[in-house]
Amino acid sequence: MTTLPVKLQEYLDDFETITDRAERTEYLIEIANRFHTVRVPSTVATQPYDLAHYVAECESDVYVWAVDNPDDTLKYYFDVLNPQGLSAMAMCVVLDETCSHIPLAQIASIPTDIVFTLFGKQISMGKGRGLMGVVRKAQGEALQRLKG
Amino acid sequence: MSTIAERGYAHPDKLVSTDWVAENLNNPAIRIIESNEDELLYPSGHIPNAVEVDWTKDLNDPVRRDYLNKDGFEALLGRLGVTPETTLVFYGDKNNWWAAYALWVFELFGHTNTKLIDGGRLKWQQEGRELTREVPTFPPTVYTANERNDAPVRAFRQDVLAHVESAGQLVDVRSPAEYSGELLHMANYPQEGALRGGHIPNAKNIPWSKAANGDGTFKTAEELTALYVGEQGLNPQADVITYCRIGERSSHTWFVLNYLLGFNNVKNYDGSWTEWGNLVNVPIEK
Repeated sequence: MTTLPVKLQEYLDDFETITDRAERTEYLIEIANRFHTVRVPSTVATQPYDLAHYVAECESDVYVWAVDNPDDTLKYYFDVLNPQGLSAMAMCVVLDETCSHIPLAQIASIPTDIVFTLFGKQISMGKGRGLMGVVRKAQGEALQRLKG
Repeated sequence: MSTIAERGYAHPDKLVSTDWVAENLNNPAIRIIESNEDELLYPSGHIPNAVEVDWTKDLNDPVRRDYLNKDGFEALLGRLGVTPETTLVFYGDKNNWWAAYALWVFELFGHTNTKLIDGGRLKWQQEGRELTREVPTFPPTVYTANERNDAPVRAFRQDVLAHVESAGQLVDVRSPAEYSGELLHMANYPQEGALRGGHIPNAKNIPWSKAANGDGTFKTAEELTALYVGEQGLNPQADVITYCRIGERSSHTWFVLNYLLGFNNVKNYDGSWTEWGNLVNVPIEK
């Protein structure tokens, strides 16, 4: 059985302990504030972006890229065109910090319902769908390479 | 950019500018309310003295798919420290999409002394105005609400079915791909929420964002009339029902048609496609 990426499990374990909504919010804002570290560089893509990288379900206009590393892992990059898409930004940061530079099979095994562990079970259907779409898009990059 | 008063709206008093808000931050007769789709936004920084109304936590019944009841509304407004005479000024993200939704819910209880900040949160931020993480506290009040009356502004599925059967006007404010049902056919992306794709028969597809400029402000009455009446042939005198997926985007259009263009009778069908697309034996077009 393929295990979850270690860093992702750490995040999930952290969030599982949070019962206070304000604490969860603050943690997610702190993560989102690191979005500049995962924003796609001009060497990878410039606007207007190729729609192949667009997350259709997310209404914050999220794009996902994966660059191949020499060791057969990926380096993820993102852009969120909605400047107020903080939740999407936080999701992107988590994905880069937990899925870049790790075996592809581990990325492929990530269940999309991690969104509810990270953002809480009360998120709206639309938001949940959008964030799961970001996870699926990142996974899709790994799956595509696993299929050869 | 023209002033709100110059744009020809039927009810220009339902909008306020960011300048007006800046001048009234400490006005005790108003309460600024932020309501967003993304719950991270308010705590990350908000207009000074603005309070938050969260759609999930504050406006929805926790069990039924319905809005809060009278007791809940009284408790909410008491917590916000307002009275029926307080002017409530709503704003939020996504061109005030969720703020319009909150404003519409407040109408169910007859609190119509409400306004939207033209341009919403984005415009305030882009103008470099102050944001604060400090959450204000106001003395709680005893708010006596009206009994909830959905009929003037809310449509239920039986209303929509009757409207369809009488060839009534409907506005589907979703994206063209949702309207056509195309989104349900993307094989790699299972679509939660509706078993069937398409739209309610006779509905015109006018995506909600077409009513706003790039900076989130509303287009002029002339531009909006050209869109809804000129291009799409809507009759302002005839009844209109707006809908989307859960009634949030369609609240924005409800606000436009009702207050900016002065349409005679506009209702929001909040069951929207998550209901209609799962109902047995209702007509659907693609």
